[in-house]
Amino acid sequence: MQTGNLLLLLVVMVAGAYYLGHRRSYALARPLGGIRHLHSLPFYFAMRSAMWCAIPAMVVLALWLAFDDSIIRQQVLASLPQQLQPTDASSYNLTLSKIQNVASGALPVSFVEPPIAAAAEHLKSLRQTSAMALTVVVIVLCMFGGAWAWLKVSPQLRARQQVERVLQTIFMLCATVAILTTVGIVLSVLFESIRFFGRVPVTDFLFGLQWSPQTALRADQVASGGAFGAVPLFMGTLLISAIALLVAVPVGLMSAIYLAEYASNRVRTVAKPALEVLAGVPTVVYGFFAALTVAPFIRGLGESIGLNVASESALAAGLVMGIMIIPFVSSLADDVITAVPQAMRDGSLGLGATKSETIKKVVFPAALPGIMGGILLAASRAIGETMIVVMAAGLAANLTANPLEAVTTITVQIVTLLTGDQEFDSAKTLAAFALGLMLFITTLVMNIFALHIVKKYREQYD
Amino acid sequence: MSETTEKVRKTLARRYRAEKRFKAFGIGSIAVGLMALVLLFTDIIGKGHSAFVEHEIQLPITFDAEVLDISNPRDEDELNYGNYQGVIRDALAERFPSVEGRQDTRALNQLVSTGAGYALRDMLREDPSLLGETRTLWLLADDDVDLFLKANEKQREDSRLNAKQQAWVDELEASGETRVVFNQSLFSYGDSREPEQAGILGAILGSLFTMIVTLVLSFPIGVAAAVYLEEFAPKNKFTDFIEVNINNLAAVPSIIFGLLGLAVIIGLFGLPRSVPLVGGIVLTLMTLPTIIISSRAAIKAVPPSIRQAALGLGASKMQVVLHHVLPLALPGMLTGAIIGMAQALGETAPLLMIGMVAFIVDLPAGPLDAATVLPVQIYLWADSPEQSFEALASAAIMVLLAFLITMNTLAVVLRKRLERRW
Repeated sequence: MQTGNLLLLLVVMVAGAYYLGHRRSYALARPLGGIRHLHSLPFYFAMRSAMWCAIPAMVVLALWLAFDDSIIRQQVLASLPQQLQPTDASSYNLTLSKIQNVASGALPVSFVEPPIAAAAEHLKSLRQTSAMALTVVVIVLCMFGGAWAWLKVSPQLRARQQVERVLQTIFMLCATVAILTTVGIVLSVLFESIRFFGRVPVTDFLFGLQWSPQTALRADQVASGGAFGAVPLFMGTLLISAIALLVAVPVGLMSAIYLAEYASNRVRTVAKPALEVLAGVPTVVYGFFAALTVAPFIRGLGESIGLNVASESALAAGLVMGIMIIPFVSSLADDVITAVPQAMRDGSLGLGATKSETIKKVVFPAALPGIMGGILLAASRAIGETMIVVMAAGLAANLTANPLEAVTTITVQIVTLLTGDQEFDSAKTLAAFALGLMLFITTLVMNIFALHIVKKYREQYD
Repeated sequence: MSETTEKVRKTLARRYRAEKRFKAFGIGSIAVGLMALVLLFTDIIGKGHSAFVEHEIQLPITFDAEVLDISNPRDEDELNYGNYQGVIRDALAERFPSVEGRQDTRALNQLVSTGAGYALRDMLREDPSLLGETRTLWLLADDDVDLFLKANEKQREDSRLNAKQQAWVDELEASGETRVVFNQSLFSYGDSREPEQAGILGAILGSLFTMIVTLVLSFPIGVAAAVYLEEFAPKNKFTDFIEVNINNLAAVPSIIFGLLGLAVIIGLFGLPRSVPLVGGIVLTLMTLPTIIISSRAAIKAVPPSIRQAALGLGASKMQVVLHHVLPLALPGMLTGAIIGMAQALGETAPLLMIGMVAFIVDLPAGPLDAATVLPVQIYLWADSPEQSFEALASAAIMVLLAFLITMNTLAVVLRKRLERRW
């Protein structure tokens, strides 16, 4: 049976278990003189039946679906004769996809060796058996669970406590999804990165000045190993982020100061949400704007004053990225500026300082740690930003500090290395995970540091 | 007058000037931000509005059975293999009888979109009696012709049409044999290599399926996690660890979630690439922190007196939460969920990683069909060298922004209407 149908059947059976549990609790309560004499409300007995019916079956179903395919694959490959056994990862994938194509009918049987055709048959029959077995197991579990719970219903059963405990456990499991996600991220990038560093030494990756990840098809080709020195990427990322911050920090900070200290309520209610719209625009839209409007404009401007500007200049990507992070800086700065106690301003104004002097000499220094935290958060945002640089920055890894030239970034390289068809475990794809690891660590450290600063600062005035 | 007053007087003008300058910087900064916003929107609307209309060319088409090579118009096979381009070629040759030579004829035939043939097939399928008849029909123009007709005098000089083609189109335009219509294909087709036949329906459907998966997964999980952390979690190291994780995940670059999806969901669990189901799971992991944080805020806003009253009447802790806290916090949670969904709808980078970047013509029918999403479609079109795709990308951006604005407005309205002040 198909998984979708099986799920539907499961829902129907669970509803049935609920109904039967409900009926049985009422039936048991009637001779006693009403549901007052049950330990819990009939709802809890019904829920308990439904849970017994659903949870074991669901757990088995999920585990089965997660692992059946890889187990079947291994069995099929193990059934192949010795000379067809795959030796390395790429031939493994090739053999596997051949078998799968024959099994799905995309590749005629006459095109392949007989053992492969046999393996395809084997695959098909194993899949059928697996689907059949799954259906049977799930239905049996459902029925046994439901029946067990139904039999157990009695006036003394502490159904409410049991249901509540299960619900609470489910809630807790949902909360641990956040941990699982982090662990998943760390493990996936770490695991692939370790494989990458097995081929390319860590020092070459971190300190190498040459980035050209084209691995050759033949061993005797020029530069057949590819060069994986990531310094040009780090520099490119830094250059574009620095340009972005040069735009966003002054503009965002001054906007926040004006909105918090000078603006009338009316201006504030209009200008603040309008600035925040900038944060809601999808990054692909900024990328489009940068690549097709800003970059040609800067190039034209440079040409008119005799400068040679690359059409994918770091300046265009950086400027647009700066616009994108203005609202991050301004709303975070706004928060910390308004948190500075009014008494400090009053003291300064009372001594005869003008408003701008108060802001520059009293409010700003007091808010500085929080503002620094906000800037760090914005910087980590800029480093991790992908679409703007993918669309507007270059692909060539130039080691330069000239904003008019094309540079490439970590995120651009991750996207280029992983989009398109390639085998999963070449040094090229593994390099993307190593870059991802660098990106993750950098942004994580920056975020933790920034949150720490912000938190520490907040405690001072509360 | 004391010495100090004297000193202050002297510098006063300078200090007031500095004050004014500082204020002007502030106004200037806000102006820069708002200018950028206005510029962005005018640029996109300026580029995209023309993609909502397209040009058609009027031609007398003869459904000649011989040219079409169709004897029985009710036979599906014959219909599908009919030589519709031939009929269009004949009609064009008749309209411009002076055109001779292979090269010129080919140039002439390029004026009409290759998609026009499908329109003729559909007409013949609808009405088989058309076979052998002649009808004056409006046919979809090629995208270069369309661009030429939309352009002004100066832009026409850079047209990709050659001089002869330009003359023919000018002639058609002057005699009223071209017209502007609403671009229906934009909203009724998937992607295509031909700009005039490309549409965003496929991408919209892909986005829809992805969003459904995201909503179905992230809202219950997010609410449950928020309830646990606010109402049940004991104060211990484990709870702190969960909180640290949530706060950090909220700031992890989105592309990292794409790597996770690629390595774990596709690599380890073996789900297929390019499908909305995987996209939805990845976006769920990405939006979960947003939803958890806003749901927690909504739960916190429910006053403790309500919990105490329910507890006092004998409700269990779980009953307090399910019967009282959750219903009261629901509007706030929904607003958070809508904002999270809007974020997910505009997200591109993680979906590139899991292969939702393929060229897909067919409309997806469910979350397990290969599909692309609206932002990725914009990315693909923006990268395309053909000029017409630029307008299409802008039009797609306008549609995407319209969705986002609607969702955010809905969130604001919901908050205003349903929010309770205690």
